Amino acid sequence: MMVLVVGAGRVGSAVAKSALAAGHTVSVLDEDPLSHERLDAGQTTSWEDAGGRFTVGTAIEIDALLAAGIEEADVFICSTNGDNTNLTVAQIAQKQFGIPRVIVRVLDPARSEWYAEQGLNTICPTKIAIEMFKNAVLEPVER
Amino acid sequence: MYVIVVGGGKVGLNLARELIRNGQEVTLVEQDRGAYLKIEQELEHAIQYGDGTELWVLERAGIQRADLVVAVTGDDEDNILICQVAKEKYMCERIIARCNNPRNLQHFKLLGIGPAVSATDLILNLIEHEVPGHGLVHLLDLPDEQLEIIEVEVMQGAPAAGLPVADIELPEGSLIISVLPRGKPGFVPSGDTVIQPGDEVLVVLDPGLEQAITSQFAPTGAHR
Repeated sequence: MMVLVVGAGRVGSAVAKSALAAGHTVSVLDEDPLSHERLDAGQTTSWEDAGGRFTVGTAIEIDALLAAGIEEADVFICSTNGDNTNLTVAQIAQKQFGIPRVIVRVLDPARSEWYAEQGLNTICPTKIAIEMFKNAVLEPVER
Repeated sequence: MYVIVVGGGKVGLNLARELIRNGQEVTLVEQDRGAYLKIEQELEHAIQYGDGTELWVLERAGIQRADLVVAVTGDDEDNILICQVAKEKYMCERIIARCNNPRNLQHFKLLGIGPAVSATDLILNLIEHEVPGHGLVHLLDLPDEQLEIIEVEVMQGAPAAGLPVADIELPEGSLIISVLPRGKPGFVPSGDTVIQPGDEVLVVLDPGLEQAITSQFAPTGAHR
C-alpha cells in the first residue's frame, strides 16, 4: 500500500514510521522542513535510506499534494496540528482524488462526531483522553 | 434578516456595521480576545467571543435561526468549514464565504461552498474591464442556470466585423443581446444591425462556448 501522511508531528511521524516498518510505501508532507528530524529520530538509518519519501509543502496546495504522490495513495492520513486544515484537506483527498481510505485527526470532539456522520474516518484524541481520565477519576480510591 | 458574520477583521467589522445600520440583526463572532474587547465597546451585544469554527460557538450565536452566514476570517480552511456546517448541519439557506487565496477557490467549489468572494479575482475582473483591447469580459456567470453573459470587443479584420447580426456564425446556444458602439449608448440589435470594428457586443451563452464566440470577433488567426 502507498500511505501518504500529511503533518509530521508526534502522531504523524510515528504512524509514518510504523507503516514503513510494516513494509508499505510511505510519503510524508509537512510545511516545516525541520519536521524531517522526527522521522529520523531513534532510527539507525535516515528516513530516505529506509525508503521513505518526504516533501516540504502546504497541505491545502494541490501542487504540494501532487508532489507528495497523492495520486498513487491508497491511504491518506491527515495529522497536522489544525483541525480545520485536516478536515478541509481530508475532503479534498476523498472527493477530488478518490482515495479509498482517508483518516483524519480532529481534536474537537463535536466536529469529529459530525464529520464522522458525514462519512469521514475521524479520530479524536481528545475524546479518547476524556474517556481515560473519566475512568481513572471514577475508580474507587483505597486509603 | 438575521445575519451571523464570522471574523472581526476589517471586512467583518465593516460588514457588521453596515448591516446594523441597514436595520438588520447581526452577530459578529471573533476569536481574538483583544480584537473582541475592542469591538465590543462599539457593537456591544452584537459581538460574541469564540472560535467560529466550533459548533457550540455557532449555536450560541443562534445559527439555527440565521438567514445568512458570512465567513470572512483570514483563513480559507476556517471559512470553508464554517460555511459547510452552516449549510449542511444547520440547514442555513444562504452562505457567503471569503476566499483569501484565489488558488483555494477550487476547494470552495469542490465542497459546494458559494458564493466565494476573492478580492484578488474581483480586482482582476475590474482590470479586465478597464484595460482596453483585452478582448473578453465575464459580466455574469450563473453556473446553476448554465448561463453566462460576456462582453466582447469586435476587432478590425474579425470575421464578424462589417456583418449584419443575422449573418454572424455564432455557435448554437449563444445570442447577441446588445451592441455597444464606441462612445454611443448601447441598444438591442435586430438581425439587420451591422457590427462595426470597435463595437462591443454582449453575448448570452451556454458555458464552454467562449472560444467559438471570441473567434468570430478576433482577427482571423489571432491567438488569445
